[in-house]
Amino acid sequence: MDPLPDGLVVVVKRDCATCEMVVPVLDVLHRDHALAIITQDDPTFPAIEGTIHDADLSLSWRSDIETVPTLLRRVDGEEVSRTVGWDRSQWEAITGVEHLGIELPDQRPGCGSLSVDPDRADELSARFGTSTTTSRHVAFAELEDEFEAMFDRGWSDGLPLVPPTPERVERMLAATHLSATDIIAIIPPNLVEATVEKVAINAVMAGCKPAYLPVVIAGLQTVCNDEFNMHGVLATTMGVGPILIVNGPIRTELGMNSGMNVLGQGNRANSTIGRAVQLCVRNLGGGRPGEIDRATHGQPGKLGLCFSEDEEGSPWTSLSESRGFDPRTSTVTAFCGEAPRIIFDQMSRSAEALTKSLALSMLANVHPRIIGMDTTLVLCPEHMARFRGAGWDRERFLTELRSHLDLEVDSILRGVDGIDEGIPTGLGLEGAVLPKFNNGGILVVHAGGQAGLFSSVIGGWVSGSMGSVPVTKEIVR
Amino acid sequence: MTLTVLDPTDETTPQVRGRTERPESLTGLTVGLLDISKPRGNVFLDQVQHRLEGLGASVIRYTKPTFAKPAPPDLRHEISTRCDAVIEALAD
Repeated sequence: MDPLPDGLVVVVKRDCATCEMVVPVLDVLHRDHALAIITQDDPTFPAIEGTIHDADLSLSWRSDIETVPTLLRRVDGEEVSRTVGWDRSQWEAITGVEHLGIELPDQRPGCGSLSVDPDRADELSARFGTSTTTSRHVAFAELEDEFEAMFDRGWSDGLPLVPPTPERVERMLAATHLSATDIIAIIPPNLVEATVEKVAINAVMAGCKPAYLPVVIAGLQTVCNDEFNMHGVLATTMGVGPILIVNGPIRTELGMNSGMNVLGQGNRANSTIGRAVQLCVRNLGGGRPGEIDRATHGQPGKLGLCFSEDEEGSPWTSLSESRGFDPRTSTVTAFCGEAPRIIFDQMSRSAEALTKSLALSMLANVHPRIIGMDTTLVLCPEHMARFRGAGWDRERFLTELRSHLDLEVDSILRGVDGIDEGIPTGLGLEGAVLPKFNNGGILVVHAGGQAGLFSSVIGGWVSGSMGSVPVTKEIVR
Repeated sequence: MTLTVLDPTDETTPQVRGRTERPESLTGLTVGLLDISKPRGNVFLDQVQHRLEGLGASVIRYTKPTFAKPAPPDLRHEISTRCDAVIEALAD
């Protein structure tokens, strides 16, 4: 549509009492002073010949109209004066006409312009604004169902996706100080440079709110590095995937769940942040099941498993603090893990008894005879109460726990008791005692509902530089 | 009105490369055997090496540092420059 004409211009809408009130003035100015009238909603309002209907609101948006009526004067394509609402002295000054609307009150405020209506502003910004996005636009056919279309294009993890329209992506991008073109990670297996824009598109599809984007970005950064080894995590036939644990103030700001059903469904941030990271791995990195992802079984958490620690309810330092971060810093920790498994203990009443009981259950991690794979223990509040009562801190607990996690090699050798799995013979380890978990190989997080004597343990994969190392990154906002 | 969305993929098209032509005979060729470091991969490759040498090929053995990560670029480069063919072995 052409830009606004030179001379006097007014922008109005019918759904505005002030606009209705000034119609007699508009009539006079149109007749005697060539006032151009632009109407936003009803093309028959005002009933003055020559009124321009700004149906797509492009004129209003491009002219930064925030209030109706807005009266302005343009000379040689430049705006030289503007007033909003009805103010006789202002209207007289701009038009140079005296005694305007003498029957009207001196002043009356206007109404909001349709072009700044919260329901429309993002759409208009995406359509008419200086878009920061450079991704290819994919237009679905008229008869195509958009949800089916996204499945058909292979973008989905098996669940419906939110269509990543330019407006939604713009809204998502507004949540970060980063530029849309900034590269935030190199995503395996195809080693693709992930721009903030591409991550934002996948975050929209996952169902994230814009405020979650910094967590998604940090989450991707925790898995896309040589230590976490996302390529190997994908390629292994073992059913492991990235498990993201959020610490710090952002947990409460985003309303993340660290309480009841913490490892389950029902919280938007928990459910969509992990999903967004996995969609990036799929759609950008090319890590798709049946291709590079070779998992025999996989596990439900590969749709995206993200949760936060209950820091407020814990007497201990948080997971993040134990890994060297300030408690005021928000972080994501990525752990390569299988599905959570429950540790049932409703009888232990002392810290010592519960520790032994937890250790016994953890000896079965992956397999009772496999050692050296890491684990994440999610301690529930009622179990934590035993350690709080005993005055144990995180370090004391880990020391006590580890003391019950040593294994006599002779009992876990291959072939013992007719079981072939185990520690290889012939390595000279006979008679030795080895720890189930390597030093630093047990992450402990406090989370869960206030009632219930069920902690959970999440088994890991090949640990250390030969496999995957847990990685913690700061969430930068 | 049709709906327009932004492409969530990396928007690249994989480069398609043809396979190296299969040699008619292994006599005089150098075959690389890459052990990915899974248990007993060496047992399998010992047999393969024995069979290949019986066909007149010479064999160079390679090992990945860990089965859990891709082969390092230097190792891939060395195999591609020193060998006429390669067999990658998984075992367990």
